[in-house]
Amino acid sequence: MVAQNVAFGILALAMVLAAIGVVRTQNVVHAALYLVVVLAGAAAQYILLAAEFVAWVQVLIYIGAVVILFLFGIMLTRAPMGDLEGLNNRQGLPAVVATLALIGTLTALLVDAFSDQEIVLDAPTPTADIATQVFKVYVVPFEAVSILLLAALVGAIVLARRD
Amino acid sequence: MLLNQFLILAAILFGIGMYGVLVRRNGVLVLMSVELMLNAVNLNLIAFSARLQETSGQVFSLFVITIAAAEVGVGLAIILLLYRNFRSPDLDEVHQMKG
Repeated sequence: MVAQNVAFGILALAMVLAAIGVVRTQNVVHAALYLVVVLAGAAAQYILLAAEFVAWVQVLIYIGAVVILFLFGIMLTRAPMGDLEGLNNRQGLPAVVATLALIGTLTALLVDAFSDQEIVLDAPTPTADIATQVFKVYVVPFEAVSILLLAALVGAIVLARRD
Repeated sequence: MLLNQFLILAAILFGIGMYGVLVRRNGVLVLMSVELMLNAVNLNLIAFSARLQETSGQVFSLFVITIAAAEVGVGLAIILLLYRNFRSPDLDEVHQMKG
């Protein structure tokens, strides 16, 4: 249990620092690389919570596909590669206030509601269980999501095509 | 492990993502901040799935990952279109509808 908490602490610190890097850095490519750290940290947290399958899906889809898509987006919008000014607008201070208010409210609510709840894990979730859930209980949402993904891909091609 | 440590980490990540959506001007960076927020929600789903010994939470997080992929695809296509029309990925320059 102690080892898990230490691992959680290290991962959480890395994730929060990298997340601040994503929103604060003045270099667009560095933001994408910081995002990789946050996503990998999230995958490690999923493994800590015994959700292996979701962790590997996270690695494959987020780090493998979404980040590459972001890098293509950076390349195609010809963002300068070096550091540059003016990536942030002038709402910095109100945004910090709003963010701290949101985090404070959420933390107070969570401490109030769940402070006595503990996670007790015995074994990793077998992938077969998830497959059964997806194809038995949630088969209609699953099909709806596949249609949505197809529609999104077709829509993206239609939007980005030159004619 | 406490349930709350995951939930509070997710709350902090969500807040940072919201900050990014509020302050970033480059459209690609706004989308990255949205991804941060979606990840925070996924962490919540997985934490509750582990707490309740219930796999539905993991199935829902898979759905969230799929929808995030679709969202990034369409979002980047829209930003590409904006770049082509305005010669800049800066979202503050898109104010034609402003009265």
